[in-house]
Amino acid sequence: MIDWWIYPLILFIVSFFIGIVGVLGGLGGGTLFVPIVSGFFPFHIDFIRCSGLLLALCGSLSAGPKLLEKGLANLRLSIPCALIASISSIFGAMLGLVLPTNIIQVSLGILVIAIAIIFVLSKSTEYPSVKKEGGLPSLLKINGSYYEESKEKEIHWKIHRMRRGLFLFIMVGFIAGMFGIGAGWANVSILNLIMGVPLKLAVGTSVFLLSITDTSAAWVYITKGCLFPMIVIPSIFGVMLGTKVGVRLLTKTHPKIIRYIVIALLIFVGIRSLLKGFGIWL
Amino acid sequence: MKEEQVLYAKILKLGTRIGLFILIISFILYIFGIIPPYIPISSLPKYWAMSTKDYLKATSIPQGWLWISLLSNGDFLNFIGIAFLSGITIICFLGIIPIFYKKKDKIYFFLSLLQAIILLLAASGILVVD
Repeated sequence: MIDWWIYPLILFIVSFFIGIVGVLGGLGGGTLFVPIVSGFFPFHIDFIRCSGLLLALCGSLSAGPKLLEKGLANLRLSIPCALIASISSIFGAMLGLVLPTNIIQVSLGILVIAIAIIFVLSKSTEYPSVKKEGGLPSLLKINGSYYEESKEKEIHWKIHRMRRGLFLFIMVGFIAGMFGIGAGWANVSILNLIMGVPLKLAVGTSVFLLSITDTSAAWVYITKGCLFPMIVIPSIFGVMLGTKVGVRLLTKTHPKIIRYIVIALLIFVGIRSLLKGFGIWL
Repeated sequence: MKEEQVLYAKILKLGTRIGLFILIISFILYIFGIIPPYIPISSLPKYWAMSTKDYLKATSIPQGWLWISLLSNGDFLNFIGIAFLSGITIICFLGIIPIFYKKKDKIYFFLSLLQAIILLLAASGILVVD
């Protein structure tokens, strides 16, 4: 039998690189972790999904205070979105834990390939044009401003199409809970492209949102008994360290190349997950 | 910056620091065998490929919050940090609810209260499906 410490050590190293690539690719470590680890490690996917949620949660908790303090995440905007997403993430987690492993693995493969396609096609807008504030955002007083350091000026923002955005958060929360992959891959697009949130604020709010959405799904996994410390903790520390290194490397790397690497990686692990689910490549 | 956002950030910052500190300490105590684990570390590979159901059955680990009864073991000590980190958001919401009440912001008072209830419900363990 293989020594017990080998896999946790490899997991820590892999998680470290997932953290780096997650930041550089703009996808977040949580999205890459579950498909990669479930594809190439001997751990059961229940433990991996729980770890995926917890590492995304820890990353979000660490970044959250600074984002809120700087106004790069907005609490009034986050609360309704998080409420919807956290309710659906609980249902996603409950369903995910009763479905057979091979169905989860096949669905994960399809999802990861779909994320790669979304990643290729989505185009963000730095300052979306919002001509008229929506009725619901106006009622909830969701608007504000933040200081844009690169332009040395205050950016005022308002949003629209909130109902459509909230509907999409139901689906994103459900998927995040079911597969334990966080939701950073979709949050930014919904906030920025649908609801008209400025890109920087959308990214910050998306990161902060994970701390609420993932909390609810994570509790379902924890209380079910999916918390395996020797898998969870090396993953959390690996991804958190990798994220810190990734942030430092951000200014020195070519984002386009990293983007291609992430897309290729997603397609590869997506196919791997599909084949594993079908019992072709175990 | 709105009062509730400032308070939320403060609780989150402090809570995350405490949670990560607990997690580091408990993991050191566990991995170096300073506090003996419930499942011997060398036999972990036997369990990590099992489904949760089989793993719990094979190790007689209880579901829900009954892990508290196993806290004297090094591996279960790690649950404290994880539970703490997973609970910070609930504390944050409980912290800002009185601010919305004070401001007479009825919608956000209700939404925050609902969010706290949802999170507490998830944490309670009653939503676990067998």
